[in-house]
Amino acid sequence: MPSEPSQRVEDKLFYNRYLVDSGRAHIKVRPHTTPSSRLLSMLKACPARCYELNDKGHVEVTVDGCLECGTCRVICEESGDIKWSYPRGGYGVLFKFG
Amino acid sequence: MIEEKFDAIVVGAGMGGNAAALTMAERGLKVLQLERGEYSGSKNVQGAILYADMLEKLIPDFREDAPLERHLVEQRFWIMDERSHTGLHYRSDDFNEEKPNRYTIIRAQFDKWFSQKVREAGATVLCETTVTELLQDSHGRVVGVRTDRDGGEIHADVVVLAEGVNGVLGTGAGIRELPKSDKVALAVKEMHFLSRETIDARFNLKGDEGVVIEAVGTISRGMTGMGFIYSNKECISLGIGCLVADFQRTGETPYGLLEGFKRHPSVAPLIEGSEVKEYSAHLIPEGGYKAIPQLCGEGWVVVGDAAQLNNAIHREGSNLAMTSGRIAAEAICLIKSRNDPMTAKNLSLYKKMLNDSFVIKDLKKYKDMPAVLHTHSQNFFLTYPQLFSKAMQDYVRVDGTPKLEKEKLMLNSFIKARSWSGLFSDALRIARAWR
Repeated sequence: MPSEPSQRVEDKLFYNRYLVDSGRAHIKVRPHTTPSSRLLSMLKACPARCYELNDKGHVEVTVDGCLECGTCRVICEESGDIKWSYPRGGYGVLFKFG
Repeated sequence: MIEEKFDAIVVGAGMGGNAAALTMAERGLKVLQLERGEYSGSKNVQGAILYADMLEKLIPDFREDAPLERHLVEQRFWIMDERSHTGLHYRSDDFNEEKPNRYTIIRAQFDKWFSQKVREAGATVLCETTVTELLQDSHGRVVGVRTDRDGGEIHADVVVLAEGVNGVLGTGAGIRELPKSDKVALAVKEMHFLSRETIDARFNLKGDEGVVIEAVGTISRGMTGMGFIYSNKECISLGIGCLVADFQRTGETPYGLLEGFKRHPSVAPLIEGSEVKEYSAHLIPEGGYKAIPQLCGEGWVVVGDAAQLNNAIHREGSNLAMTSGRIAAEAICLIKSRNDPMTAKNLSLYKKMLNDSFVIKDLKKYKDMPAVLHTHSQNFFLTYPQLFSKAMQDYVRVDGTPKLEKEKLMLNSFIKARSWSGLFSDALRIARAWR
């Protein structure tokens, strides 16, 4: 039964409702050659696994499954590693229960 | 631009924002409440437990139509190791009273109801509107907000910031700092649906009785954290939260912890066969009294999670939000009734009134607890639970070892793990911070 927990995040996000604001990501990663340790920690700390390492070794963010918790902002905003805002009104995760 | 000027703009429709908007609207103020979700509640995440007393002060007959889940008759506190839990349970039939004290609720549903009360009181509630910044005049005075709608500048005499734990507007305007990673916890939660009868049977409940389980121990893998299981009518809210700084330090994943908690032999049977319908995540302010930012300024006040008003020791947050929202609104109404301007000096009435309430008194009582628990997490959340569990097993297992010998082994295991001075200073630290 125990598959990789990381495998299961996508399954978890599948339960949720989202209204994705295409082309207007509310989180942006600052372009970098080598990711900072803060950015790298987001690969594990993001509860929706929005952060991933691409084949060039850069950290990328895909906000479609974002739960809007603010963890990455707390870790990465002050250093300038990311720019963070809430999605536009009405967009993003739509909790049914919350 | 909306030409109309309001007496007050409330940013956010959680517990604090709704309490503030309701109180001001009931007293005749012209109130605009702005919420970024598709409806009030659709962005709000909590366990969730509702404390009746604080809501009664706003809506005395709330029990008539509020979407409540179960009233709580039992509190279970668990200390866990890998395969066991030691429980301290308190259950009383006294809680089966005419006006119960605590309820489980589902926030998206409850907040929708709360928002209806705000509208009925006369406030204008505008959803699907994200406030992007505070409008300040040349003297730095807050005079309104800018939203993401076309021409979205709106003016008011005072802005109530009930924007939640992230507090984007306040930090953007430089009136408070960004939450620090050692002052906020990240909690993840799932909603597990089961039949009402199954929940009743598994938790020993009947009618609308409910139970709360809160758990610490190896489930947080040495981090400062806690797991929780709340019974609703036809579902179970199950989650776990740990300090963001601890996640950052250890590289543990939030969903990995959640899966571990669900697989624990004491937890798995409770949710067996359930259908999961939602996965959510939210930050919780954990810094306590010392993390409270400036509460008011020229043309603004801040309430609830945005003001870091959360009692981590008693796991109370929504009632502090509700109370701070109500008190801020009462202060604003008083100032307004005197026809005084919404200056920092006049608005400091809110701070004074809050200081006199349980909100600040309770947070002050535990002002040193966060430091103790956050800096000694390995001891309090891993070593002690393991030692304690082992001691309990030795105590109940009958194997022919003389009791005196067992007690000696038990004591030695504690001394070996923490040393006499370690045990003594841990006890002293907790006692001092608790006082």
